[in-house]
Amino acid sequence: MTSNEYIIEARKLTKIYTMGDQQVHALRGVDLEIKHGDFVAIMGPSGSGKSTLMNLIGALDQPSGGELFIEGQPLSTMNPSDLADLRNRTLGFVFQQFNLLPRADALQNVKLPLRYARHDIGDADARARECLKMVDLEERMDHRPAQLSGGQQQRVAIARALANKPRIILADEPTGALDTKTSEDIMNLLVELNASGITIILVTHEAEVAAFARRQIHFRDGLIEKDERSAA
Amino acid sequence: MKLSVAIASAIEALTANILRSFLTMLGIIIGVASVMIMMAMGAGAKAQIEAQISALGASTLTVRPGATRRGGVSQGAGASTPFNEDDLVAILDLPFVQAVDGQINSGVTAVSGQTNWSTQLIGTNPGYFEVQSLKAVEGRVFTEREARTGAAVAVLGQSVVKELFDGIDPLGQRFRVNSVPVTVIGVLQERGQSGYGQDRDDIVILPLSTARNRIIGAHPTTSKHVSRVEVMVADGYDMPTAQSDLEDFLRERRRIKPGASDNFRVFNIADFVRARSATQQTMGILLAFMAGVALFVGGVGVMNIMLVSVTERTREIGLRMALGARGTDIMAQFLTEALVLCGTGGLIGVGLGFVGAWIAAKTGDWSMSLSVQITLLSFGAAAAVGVFFGYFPARRAARLNPIDALRYE
Ligand SMILES: Nc1ncnc2c1ncn2[C@@H]1O[C@H](COP(=O)(O)OP(=O)(O)OP(=O)(O)O)[C@@H](O)[C@H]1O
Ligand SMILES: [Mg+2]
Repeated sequence: MTSNEYIIEARKLTKIYTMGDQQVHALRGVDLEIKHGDFVAIMGPSGSGKSTLMNLIGALDQPSGGELFIEGQPLSTMNPSDLADLRNRTLGFVFQQFNLLPRADALQNVKLPLRYARHDIGDADARARECLKMVDLEERMDHRPAQLSGGQQQRVAIARALANKPRIILADEPTGALDTKTSEDIMNLLVELNASGITIILVTHEAEVAAFARRQIHFRDGLIEKDERSAA
Repeated sequence: MKLSVAIASAIEALTANILRSFLTMLGIIIGVASVMIMMAMGAGAKAQIEAQISALGASTLTVRPGATRRGGVSQGAGASTPFNEDDLVAILDLPFVQAVDGQINSGVTAVSGQTNWSTQLIGTNPGYFEVQSLKAVEGRVFTEREARTGAAVAVLGQSVVKELFDGIDPLGQRFRVNSVPVTVIGVLQERGQSGYGQDRDDIVILPLSTARNRIIGAHPTTSKHVSRVEVMVADGYDMPTAQSDLEDFLRERRRIKPGASDNFRVFNIADFVRARSATQQTMGILLAFMAGVALFVGGVGVMNIMLVSVTERTREIGLRMALGARGTDIMAQFLTEALVLCGTGGLIGVGLGFVGAWIAAKTGDWSMSLSVQITLLSFGAAAAVGVFFGYFPARRAARLNPIDALRYE
């Protein structure tokens, strides 16, 4: 049923939100395979279920039905601390609103996931600096989020996502709060990271942003409407 | 996660809202300080009681003539036949008796040169010094022979010496007790105040017969009377048993028929002191209750502020979970915060407790006894409050669903 060819696999994935006596079918049985090292953009109208899917892949939420495999492992068999370790080691999150701790400087923010690591991380300070260097913010490591521009904050967030050397980066509208020029910088950074072997899945509304990815998946009403690969 | 890191971030979170943290701590501070003062007071009272008992002699029984209460009417201590010196000899023969003294006493005026001094006269036998474990620091106490022959010799308490012979050697000095001339042969060690605030050094001690024959006067019915008998029980004898044996012996000696009530009473001094200390114990219980309430209220304050903090930082908790924090990590984070909060409050409270106990000891006549144990216990109470009242909010944070926490507005 699963093969090692895919880093992420979804089978008949459904998600139903219940609010009072009203039910919202956010995902209606999604089948999806994503290859190792791929760069996928997920697009679609508002409310079509993009974030819902990202949250399920990110092990932040549980599906109502179907199964999700990450690196061949079915998530339904994992207990909460296994899922925490999965988020810590295998996945890296980048959010639209950056989600940095406001009172901590850039370096401390990047070190945060290292704090929760159960595997050997070596020198946390050195690793955090290394990650800030990758996003070209080494000289801003003692700045707090409020002392950084939006683009810089998002780069700190990407450095944080990289801290534990994840194999997958999940980015839900990472450029949603940025201008066109800054968005391009962020996308170039993600392309670079993808080139280094990290599988990237990103949600976006903008075709120009989606164009950086190699594969574009279009959602509508909780189902995949269109799935295409860039010519390049 | 390392403990130092956890504590550092707890301190950071708490100092982010320093006034709020301090106000929360206030309850703990007051609670711990009152726990500490309460325990210091309890320990002080206990030490004071034990000191009084050992000063009076834990192994001393006091015998006084007088009927026990009959139909709610006390017969008055002097109403029945007093004991006499023959009784003392007979009591001393009992196997469990180490020493016996008999006393008669009266207020007298001591006169030396131009100085008049009102003081208390005790006429007794040398057994007195053994029962009371009193030694002469200068000179000597009188002998059995001097007691029998009615020698005109006196042993003085230090206050009397100060009043009558200030700056001169009292030994060998002659002075008058109610116009009867006597010679000073000894000065007693200092005894300080009694539990009733009496100066126990303001006494003149004469041999029993001297005091009776020349100053106080004989009893109308009983020759060689004494108005009070003190019995020192020998080491290794059980006090309650000795007390009831003595009672049986005296009933027989005073020919009291079985079923008739006693015409004397035997007091156990330790019981007496302990009973008197009951008021102080009641005070202690009241304080313990107040301290408990203060700590509880402080704890509820901590719980409240931790719940507010968890709610305020729901998104932060969600973020930490997204980055790989387990429930236990989140739990540890908030428990550490509660502990740091209560620990700091505990430290300040211990400091305040020291000051409070010191002031209470200075201003009131409370005796305070602070110890390492009390300090650790008070601090421990704060830590326990931290764990107890921090647990529920911490667990609540740990059980949040990552996505719900992350999306929380
Ligand atoms: N926590 C929730 N409770 C109830 N309904 C929800 C919840 N989260 C999402 N939904 C609903 O599920 C559907 C899918 O939402 P989702 O957030 O996945 O959309 P999206 O494609 O990411 O939209 P957008 O582009 O606006 O971010 C929507 O109809 C939304 O209202
Ligand atoms: Mg969305």
